Amino acid sequence: MLEVRDLNVSYGPAQAVRGVSFELDRGQTLGIAGESGCGKSTMALSLLRLLPDTARVAGRVLFEGEDLLTARWARLRAVRWNAASVVFQGAMSALNPVRTVGDQICEPILLHERVNAKAARRRTAELLDAVGVPARRAGDYPHEFSGGQRQRIMIAMALACRPDLIIADEPTTALDVMVQAQILRLLGDLVRESGIGVIMISHDLAVLAQMCERLAVMYAGRIVETGPARELIDDPRHPYTRALARAFPTIGDPASRLAPEGLPGDPPRIADLGDGCAFAPRCVSAEAACRTRTMELWPSGQGRAAACVRVLEGEAS
Amino acid sequence: MRGFGRHLAEKLAAAVVSFFVTLVIGFVIFSLMPADPVRTLTRGRPTSEAQLAQLRLQLGLDDPLWQRFLSFVGDTLRGELGYSWQFQQQVSTLVAERLGPTLLLMGTSAAISVALGLWLGMRSGWKQGSVFDRITSGASLTLWSVPTFWLGMILLVAFSIPGLLPAGGMSDPSLPGTDPLDVARHLVLPCLTMVLVIFAQYVTVMRSSIIDERGAAYLLTARAKGLADADVRRRHAAPNALLPSVTMIFMHLGTLVSGAITVEAVYSWPGLGYLTYQALKIPDLPLLQGTFIIFSASVIIMNLLADLAYRFLDPRVRAQ
Amino acid sequence: MRSLLWGAGVLAAFALLALTAPLYIGDADLNVVKVTGPQLSPPVAGYPLGTDQAGRSVLLLVIWGARESLAIGLIATALTVVLGSAVGLLAGHYQGALGKALMHVTDWFIALPSLPLAISLSAVLGQGAASITVAIAVTSWTATARLVRAQTLAVEARPFIERARVLGAGNTQVMLRHVLPNVLPLILVSSTLTVASAILSEATLTFLGLGDPTSVTWGSMLQAAFSGGAVTAGAWWYLLPPGVAILIVVLGFTLTGRAVEHLLDPRRAAHA
Repeated sequence: MLEVRDLNVSYGPAQAVRGVSFELDRGQTLGIAGESGCGKSTMALSLLRLLPDTARVAGRVLFEGEDLLTARWARLRAVRWNAASVVFQGAMSALNPVRTVGDQICEPILLHERVNAKAARRRTAELLDAVGVPARRAGDYPHEFSGGQRQRIMIAMALACRPDLIIADEPTTALDVMVQAQILRLLGDLVRESGIGVIMISHDLAVLAQMCERLAVMYAGRIVETGPARELIDDPRHPYTRALARAFPTIGDPASRLAPEGLPGDPPRIADLGDGCAFAPRCVSAEAACRTRTMELWPSGQGRAAACVRVLEGEAS
Repeated sequence: MRGFGRHLAEKLAAAVVSFFVTLVIGFVIFSLMPADPVRTLTRGRPTSEAQLAQLRLQLGLDDPLWQRFLSFVGDTLRGELGYSWQFQQQVSTLVAERLGPTLLLMGTSAAISVALGLWLGMRSGWKQGSVFDRITSGASLTLWSVPTFWLGMILLVAFSIPGLLPAGGMSDPSLPGTDPLDVARHLVLPCLTMVLVIFAQYVTVMRSSIIDERGAAYLLTARAKGLADADVRRRHAAPNALLPSVTMIFMHLGTLVSGAITVEAVYSWPGLGYLTYQALKIPDLPLLQGTFIIFSASVIIMNLLADLAYRFLDPRVRAQ
Repeated sequence: MRSLLWGAGVLAAFALLALTAPLYIGDADLNVVKVTGPQLSPPVAGYPLGTDQAGRSVLLLVIWGARESLAIGLIATALTVVLGSAVGLLAGHYQGALGKALMHVTDWFIALPSLPLAISLSAVLGQGAASITVAIAVTSWTATARLVRAQTLAVEARPFIERARVLGAGNTQVMLRHVLPNVLPLILVSSTLTVASAILSEATLTFLGLGDPTSVTWGSMLQAAFSGGAVTAGAWWYLLPPGVAILIVVLGFTLTGRAVEHLLDPRRAAHA
């Protein structure tokens, strides 16, 4: 359904996303993991050309065979929300504070489908019910809801036009743990029922492990490892993935809670990137070749790939 | 709504205090500062010493200060704003006569300026840096830097000398009664002058408001829904940008007052501003004092309305 | 910074003209009794901007008028800035009863409509440049006061003030030696914008008849034009130059002020 090939996003001389490629079929869930600033949100927004004009996007984003990056403007707007919608992070500012939530959910329905206002309102009520928000509150304003409820409303809104793909950008960040679990469960149920494809972005590996079948780990604008989520976390092949997995204690495994390790150093500034592996300065097992060799995703197992020279050399973790 | 009632009471109390301060300042300026108010009052008229003494008695000028102040406050609240020797009439009568024309001129000018300014500000701020923006901003800056009365005179020369529009006043004295069309013709130039000078403020306010909103997250949501750019601007950005503008708009309305004086003077528009201008000739202190109080009161009322309007319009604030 | 160069350049040119005017403009050009030019004449040879009702060259009048118009603008601004800064500094430093009282006073003054207040003050103080200057200062100080107060609060929140106090600095010392230098750049920017509005105010007040009838300012030229019937006579050459002069000078100050503000903006330094 979705095929991304060699996606590059740059702001002037700085490259925020470099050579990202992946695929997604209907009903599949893909998680994008990484630290803040690694380019995951930028990459996700670029799929629907939602970045500001200062961003230069190159590559191919094939959605049902159609390249969204070169599609005509009207066609792109028709695809937006109708076929692919977005659940944004921080639902407070993502919802218009001076319009009712019902209004905001009706808006894409009225825009994309040929229905009248009454039918749109009915559908809005159904959606609100489905996400666990009382339908009679459709006339309330965003500030009248709690953080968890607003995220549910965002989800309801994303489902409004029955899309084939949902991009969820940090949907549970800034929510507390209990609410987080509820939202994830809700999202999971809805997605499974309707067979929607999901790209979920988060810096929280635990969240992604719960929701997604496959994972792609990003670092400094590149994908450094992909594979089935469980395997990636239990048996990471890229040093960065290893560090990430160690930093998030697994619930139920007392040993991992005892020593969550941090990662020394800071992520590189986009402007400083050159040849070689961007992770090399912080990598414990770096060699001379790491700094000069052009990195690619090399196969590291069944349905897995990692951008590390050690994988080439056949060394396991 | 209870919270609203309490807020209203607070603001009303503040407005009353403000008005009281206005009265104090008015008293200080007009009763305390003049060296000899009686002489100023009767300047230009031959008055004997005995008449001056009698006037002094009549106006209570030899009474203790606090007594004079209290009677001043009392008179003002009763609507007695003094007696104009220049016009030989009660100030309150004059004010009542001239209020209508000023409201007409100010009302029309304000409505047009606000509508024009907000629209221009919205379009300029949305496409910051575009040609449209630069021209609008440049024009606004230039028009702000121009003295209002000068603009009025230029327009007079440009339009009334060739006979396109009347040269002043509110209506043609040769016509019987008041013909609304005639008044409208007389309204064009003063209104145009006012609009040209004040619309710039609204452009600036709305423009910076929209620029602030442009980075908002909900606009990204709107775009992601597939809305066209103009719709994102109109349906999402504009309502949010208007809110902070509303307060500023009402507060700026208070400054319309200053424009009224100069424009009415240039066009001899028979309103409160022209009355003030005429009062300056002697100077007619009671009349000046009366108009000062009226103008101040109108600004206070405008500011009060500004605050109430904002609370009413913003759903986030309404709930409190 | 193109606008800075343009603004500053224009102001320098006007300042130069104003200062050197006595060298080439004399009593013969200004005294209504002594002039010999044609009355209210459009531009002709020898009078590039025409003449006024008395026969004086409009061009020379505009140049001469710059002296007093700019002088009043600058002096009024100086008064405004001193008064406003004093109030702002005190209000920001003494945050207790004094500070609150000062802020209340400031708010009351802000609520007063400026032109009626200025007119009232001027009328009571009598015609003339001095009363206009005072009137302008009384109606303009609040903006500076607010600005200075906000900046004072910001500066005093910084740790070095705390250290100075621990070392024994008294109130006056803190205000004058520590806060004031940090507030000065802001005051500078605000002053340029204040001059712009002071010049406009002077023109307005003089036009309304509150100025000195014997002196020549841009405002008085426009007033003479208005009451002398230049408008009905269509004497555009008498109307345009003073207004254009005001426009250019006000723009000059405004652009310069904004450019300096932009330059001093700490966010710019971060980008450098």
